[in-house]
Amino acid sequence: MSARVDDGMAAVSEWFDGRSDAALLLVLAVGLYALFTGVSLVLGYDLGGIVNTLRRITFLSAIYAMLVLALNLQWGYTGLFNLGVAGFMAVGVYTMGMLSTAPTTNPPGLGLPLPIGILGGVIAAALVGAVASLPALRLRGDYLAIVTLAFSEIVRLTYRSPVFETFSVAGLSLGTGGSTGMSLPTNPIRILFYENSQEVTSPPSAFGEAVFGTFEAIGVRAPVVEGTAYAIVLLFVVAGVYALLRRVGNSPFGRVLKAIREDETVAGALGKDTRLFKVKVFALGCGLMGLAAILWRIGGLASTADFRPITTFYVFVALIIGGAGSNTGSVVGGAVFASLLFEGPNFVRRVVTQYVDIGIGQTPSTIFEAVGPLASLDVTPLLAYTISDVNVSALRLVLLGVVLIYLIQNRPEGLLGHRTETAASVDLSERPGGEDR
Amino acid sequence: MATDTETNTLVAFVRERAVLIALGLFVALLVADLFRKLGTGALTAASLAGFVKDGTVLGLSLGLAGIGLAMTYSILNFANFAHGDYITVGGVVGWITAFLVTGLGSFEAQPLVLLRASSRTLGISVTTAPVAIFLGLVVSVVVTAGLALLIDRIVFRPMRGQRGIALLIASVGVALAVRYLLVFTLQTGPRGLTAGQATPSWDLPVGGGSVTITAHEATLAVLAVALMIGTHVLLRYTTFGTAMRAMADNEDLAQVSGIPTERVIRTTWLLGAGLTGAAGFLIALERGALTMSFGWQLLLLVFAAVILGGIGSVYGAMVGGLVIGLASRLSLVWLPESFIIAAAFVVMIVMLLVRPQGLLGGVTTV
Repeated sequence: MSARVDDGMAAVSEWFDGRSDAALLLVLAVGLYALFTGVSLVLGYDLGGIVNTLRRITFLSAIYAMLVLALNLQWGYTGLFNLGVAGFMAVGVYTMGMLSTAPTTNPPGLGLPLPIGILGGVIAAALVGAVASLPALRLRGDYLAIVTLAFSEIVRLTYRSPVFETFSVAGLSLGTGGSTGMSLPTNPIRILFYENSQEVTSPPSAFGEAVFGTFEAIGVRAPVVEGTAYAIVLLFVVAGVYALLRRVGNSPFGRVLKAIREDETVAGALGKDTRLFKVKVFALGCGLMGLAAILWRIGGLASTADFRPITTFYVFVALIIGGAGSNTGSVVGGAVFASLLFEGPNFVRRVVTQYVDIGIGQTPSTIFEAVGPLASLDVTPLLAYTISDVNVSALRLVLLGVVLIYLIQNRPEGLLGHRTETAASVDLSERPGGEDR
Repeated sequence: MATDTETNTLVAFVRERAVLIALGLFVALLVADLFRKLGTGALTAASLAGFVKDGTVLGLSLGLAGIGLAMTYSILNFANFAHGDYITVGGVVGWITAFLVTGLGSFEAQPLVLLRASSRTLGISVTTAPVAIFLGLVVSVVVTAGLALLIDRIVFRPMRGQRGIALLIASVGVALAVRYLLVFTLQTGPRGLTAGQATPSWDLPVGGGSVTITAHEATLAVLAVALMIGTHVLLRYTTFGTAMRAMADNEDLAQVSGIPTERVIRTTWLLGAGLTGAAGFLIALERGALTMSFGWQLLLLVFAAVILGGIGSVYGAMVGGLVIGLASRLSLVWLPESFIIAAAFVVMIVMLLVRPQGLLGGVTTV
């Protein structure tokens, strides 16, 4: 069984090898969309429901792809094991929130324009990343992991503390909302569709009216249209981040990063200030994590519950699925993780509920009530217990743990990790005129 | 001329130890401020003593929970992120046993196993149910050690010789799987365990006020110290201890010297995880409650203790635990309560900067 899964993954990655990255991503997208359209049809969703399902898959895939790309820059390229992803994400989101929410809301913000807020959030995450990296980079791998994890918890506990729920600096009041969280500015995509994008109750603009009308006629409601437009914009952002990282990776700067990953002493001996390079890479990666988190939470609520260490582990699982070191692999890993591992179990739950008659209020509340009827060969109570809301979330995390162990034991290179970006600017494994030929 | 050289040496001295000196000044400032606060009455001697007591109890918990981590860290060279969930497993199985021993016969079995029975009605404390507590402790040791061996067989053994980071990632997977299997079977939510207010306690008078020490705090402290001394004797005076220290020092050399490395690793897991299970059970006893993630929430503090003491040093884990415990509770003198955990992490990070080898670094597992 295990060997077969491994063969399967090997076959998939071999098949990937023969194709260009664009074709690969296209096939993946078509495959995931077809899968989730099929599931939606099984569930009896109308067109609006199908579009909404695909919107959610696209949105989460894009966010995770961005996070994984940023982490890949730190771990895959440079070999820095950063377990503080969630903390840097929180810095980005909370800074953006404090800069851009209106001074009249609770907790109050500074009410600056959104682009300044987003830029501020990204810069803050990058700066905090740079500062955190100064001590962290003197440490070896596992210490770095523990210190960054502790750092992200310090960040989370600070934002959660009642001390900063509301506070004032130089006469301006600000706040993080403590444990209740803070509501963030409305989604910028609303500019397209509404007269006053910052008002939740604003009437749609002429363009919005036309678009909403058209889609309403085929059963897709306004919020879904809005969300879908935003998800599409996010795909372009992912493309932008991908292009940026590709450029960074292929630049002389990127070659030094790969040299550090391969052998830091050698890179140092060649006269490169490896520490400075690491600080820069940490800052860039953390800034991108802040950006991804801002795009993830904007229009909703910033809550410290979203920035627990588990969020970091999600990003790591996605990176390992795709394969550390490969940018295309990062995007693939983000999409596969978000749609299959993160969202998949919920869809399995819905499909099972559709086909197994459990009866309202018949879900067993304890494992005993679930397992007891097995004696009389009745599996329905156990199934009902297993697919109840809370238990699916628990089992999803068990599955995540098992996948992580499986991958690291059997396929640590992930789907595309064997294509690790080479450190040299020319492929040294090919020796024209050498003895191998 | 002579003074010139002396100044230069002094400058060099200061430059080399800038962080250390700054840290020393900071600590001196805090101590001075502590005395000022005591002098002005902003802080009473009783509440300071209370912080010290709480810090000591927490420190002993962390130290006890840290020994197992330090042992596996030194032998297998990886940070085991599943360690926190071994603590939880120890607490959960130990307390299910204690509940069953106390309540079976007069209560329904199912709520006892799910730890849902009313802790007040059961009324477990060291004085009312010493047998239940003892059996719970034994079961927590046995089950946690067995679980650790099983997981080593399935997860870590096939990965022997791989890099620490790969093992670390695998241990994160173990942590998730173990924790959420517990959640799946027992469901989330805090569980009350002991008789609470009915637990015997003593008031010690301290400068006008008093400090309360409960029987469970005393139990934890006594057993933690006893287990630490026991571990020390075991590692110092038995063949296994020598073999383990040899392996921690240089695994290849140990292997060619004829030390059965696999057997030493197994014994290390048994011993380390057994102590961890006991720690989980005793910490739950002292707190009087547990959740399915209490071990995970302690994990970073345990790491802090182990790193502070110097990875792989069992004494270090004990000393580190006390330092972290005292630092986090004493930080209450200056910081609001929401920052006590953060304060402990800051101490760890600063420590790593100043002395990456740990307080007792260089002394490997003794």
